[in-house]
Amino acid sequence: MRFERRDHPSTGLVLLAPVGAVLAALVVAGLLIAIAGANAFEAYGLILKGAFGSRLGFSETLTRATPLILTGLAAAVAFRAKLWNIGGEGQFYIGALAVAAFGMIPAVAGLPPVLAVALCLLAGAVAGMLMLLGPLALRLKFGVDEVVTSLLLNFVAVLFVSMMIEGAMKDPLAFGWPSSVPVPGNAELPKLMERTRLHAGLLIAVGAAVAVWLVQARTVFGMRSRAAGLNPRAASFAGVPLGRTLVSVACLSGGLAGLAGAIEVLGVKGYVTTDLSPGYGYSGIIIAMLANLNPLGVIAAALFSAVMFVGADSMSRALSIPSYIADVTVALSLLTMLVALFLTQYRIRR
Amino acid sequence: MNVILDILSSVGMWEAVLRIATPLIFGTLGVLLCERVGVLNLGIEGIMTFGAMLGWLTVYSGGDLWMGLVMAGVGGAMFGLLHAVLTVPLGLSQHVTGLGITLFASSFAYYVFRLAVPTATSPPTVEPFRPLAVPGLSEIPFVGQVLFNQTAPTYLALALVAALAWCLYRTPLGLALRMTGENPHAVDAQGINPVSLRIGTIMAGSALMGMGGAFLTLAAFNSFFPTMVQGRGWICVALVVFASWRPGRALLGALLFAFFDAFQLRLQTVVEGVPYQLFLMLPYALSILALVLMARRARVPQALMQPYRRGER
Repeated sequence: MRFERRDHPSTGLVLLAPVGAVLAALVVAGLLIAIAGANAFEAYGLILKGAFGSRLGFSETLTRATPLILTGLAAAVAFRAKLWNIGGEGQFYIGALAVAAFGMIPAVAGLPPVLAVALCLLAGAVAGMLMLLGPLALRLKFGVDEVVTSLLLNFVAVLFVSMMIEGAMKDPLAFGWPSSVPVPGNAELPKLMERTRLHAGLLIAVGAAVAVWLVQARTVFGMRSRAAGLNPRAASFAGVPLGRTLVSVACLSGGLAGLAGAIEVLGVKGYVTTDLSPGYGYSGIIIAMLANLNPLGVIAAALFSAVMFVGADSMSRALSIPSYIADVTVALSLLTMLVALFLTQYRIRR
Repeated sequence: MNVILDILSSVGMWEAVLRIATPLIFGTLGVLLCERVGVLNLGIEGIMTFGAMLGWLTVYSGGDLWMGLVMAGVGGAMFGLLHAVLTVPLGLSQHVTGLGITLFASSFAYYVFRLAVPTATSPPTVEPFRPLAVPGLSEIPFVGQVLFNQTAPTYLALALVAALAWCLYRTPLGLALRMTGENPHAVDAQGINPVSLRIGTIMAGSALMGMGGAFLTLAAFNSFFPTMVQGRGWICVALVVFASWRPGRALLGALLFAFFDAFQLRLQTVVEGVPYQLFLMLPYALSILALVLMARRARVPQALMQPYRRGER
């Protein structure tokens, strides 16, 4: 058996890859559910019902998809340029913390809401950017692989958040768990649906996906970042400034992850805790791959993950299947997607 | 100043260095093996988590401690096989596959853990490995008390360093392994199949990672809880660069690292007015520093992250 490269992977196959990958992941996860003694079809039915079956469930799914779209975009733009930003989780937290810190400035509470929200979002994005520029600088200056440095910084970031919310930014009015001082009311994102948690952050996230798609498809920067990822040497000979392109990519990627944290604070929580993210940064990597790094595909992939996470929560209350099955399925879909993509590029010959 | 001297002169501190170093030694050797044949294995964090869970589960459901360690190794090797199949014959991105393995293995570990223990507020414990005093030697003041009063897996880890160094530099197998990481075409020309060599070595390395994880639940602590690996796997990946892909230096790196970790733990309790989180950041910051210092100097295996296909260059 050997593999033969296809000259031109057909568009149909490429579009089919994520569908096949998700189905394969669902089959394997279904086996795990069956081994645990439950009916997999019933479990998946309950997951869909939990995610779409009620107004509340539906709003929760979209609320959950919001940060996932942004962290997915963050990973997608970086991976396209072969900048391995695995630090989305840390950038998310630092973005959230920056918003909370910015909200503590007394003058912010007096700003008109539009301006207050805009400045807060900017603060979060800039903080996320700075967080990724560190590992990039180490790569460009010292040749240090940014995978490990950005990963290690995730732990540093959460510890830093913990230090700040137990110290300088501690909310004196909060009892029990440490949390930051809440952001002022005028900086909160407006709700999209009455009596739910769904907020305008969803529109920002979808808008960001469309904007990133336009930038990648229609601008010189988009072309350069793709070239830098495909073949850095060739790109460099063709006159692409590699260093500068990577810095711009890092700003975009870190900024998007920071924005995700900022929006989660302004839209959902209002303050920062060390459990603000159930691994949004890491899920973003899966979502980016499942979308084949396509910014518009990220929206669909984020929705799939959100459905799994929200649906599994309600499913696990009905059946005695741990809600971790959602994490298992989503992680599996990354591996099956890699295989599916391989099959779009190669055909198997005997 | 006196406080620091007190810490440095205590037997407990140096005993802890070896204890903290043990999972890192297992993990670092595991990463080293994989990278020596040219494959990055970022699955380590998840494989350690899975090993920690499986080791604990084996003992919790009645197996003995060694059985737990072995099962963790077998579980690790299975994830290693998955990583190997995806990255070696298929030649998929080693970065992304490894991260996928980590995310899959850790969520799978949590899933199985929750199935085994559906509703416990505090994680159930097992009876862990006890320190095994070597008769005679453990009575040598200080040095003996530190070196020869450890748990059995710690001795095993130290023995593995020597065994691996011997295997890599003194046996034909070791030569073939090292050559696979430098030039798989040359290995193939010698009539050795680099693909199967890579797959086997990744499985062996991943088994070590799983055992490193099991040390956490079966010796360092006595129960499993999610997120307990706390980035140790990533630290091992950094340590391998620091060690320049040599087993002896990997041991040195793990010990150095464990020294700082044990030191900051003790310093936390005596230094006042400094947030404890700053101390906890130290291990991660040190790993980054180690990478910066060594990145340009280290001799990277030439075929690292280069998929091998016969007849393709």
